[in-house]
Amino acid sequence: MRIGVITFPGSLDDRDAQRAVRFAGAEPVALWHGSHDLEGVDALVLPGGFSYGDYLRCGAIAALSPIMTEVIDAANKGMPVLGICNGFQMLTEAHLLDGGLIRNDHGHFVRRDQVIRVEQTNTAWTGDYEVGQEITIPLKNAEGGFIASDDTLDRLEGEGRVVFRYVDVNPNGSLRDIAGISNARGNVVGLMPHPEHAIEPGFGPDTAVAMRSGVDGLAFFTSVIHSALVAQA
Amino acid sequence: MPTIVVDVMPKAELLDPQGKALAGALARTGHTAFAGVRIGKRFELAVDGPITDELRAEVTQLAADVFSNSVIEDVVAIHFPTDEN
Repeated sequence: MRIGVITFPGSLDDRDAQRAVRFAGAEPVALWHGSHDLEGVDALVLPGGFSYGDYLRCGAIAALSPIMTEVIDAANKGMPVLGICNGFQMLTEAHLLDGGLIRNDHGHFVRRDQVIRVEQTNTAWTGDYEVGQEITIPLKNAEGGFIASDDTLDRLEGEGRVVFRYVDVNPNGSLRDIAGISNARGNVVGLMPHPEHAIEPGFGPDTAVAMRSGVDGLAFFTSVIHSALVAQA
Repeated sequence: MPTIVVDVMPKAELLDPQGKALAGALARTGHTAFAGVRIGKRFELAVDGPITDELRAEVTQLAADVFSNSVIEDVVAIHFPTDEN
């Protein structure tokens, strides 16, 4: 399986996402925002960072990139797309996901190893988790407060599209503790925390077993490989 | 050169952390007259040519689709210059 990782001006975590893809057993393909070519990939990751310096609104200018025409088209046809942090912000700005992200309610940048609960496993990116499973992955943002109208929030909950919720601490004022959501079809998923930073022993969050041994994020990337295999079968 | 001005504000019902931070700083520095502060954005579009009805429609559309995100913000005003001045 070939998974494209799109680099935008100001992307920071594109190389980490490529590494996560490789660790999961797929082939990462570096894609460029200025191109109109998805190079035949089977899935896409929009990585974290500060595209265009967060000018205008986080992810807003990146959402107007040339390659986003193809991303939106592919997503609407069912291609798995994962937006992490700034990538999540892009997906909301591109109207592939509902709601929006605003400055953290406490006004500060936050970086912590965050516990989130996997609420839905019927998406392209969460099939290898269990419903209700609590995982720990890094979170680092200044504008991660998820908001939407009450109607939209009710609809997301009712349709089972709240994929992740913050546990113990709501780090940014996100409504209903929402850390990540999906589109109706479940192929497009966005979240603020960073699974790609918790895939390799020695570089992940601390666990009870050992420092930096947390690899709870790896299953995002194995999930999409397995979901592709299921789709082909 | 004629300039079109678009004003965008965070939705009134949302917490505006920037405004809240400034309100706190004002209160700390003895400026106690203000019950609240909200911070928005002003876009100035310098126009190279006549301001036609078509351009007005284009700007109105851009204000809604690009300059603001209707989930979190409102376009509160679009000021078109009245004369070629």
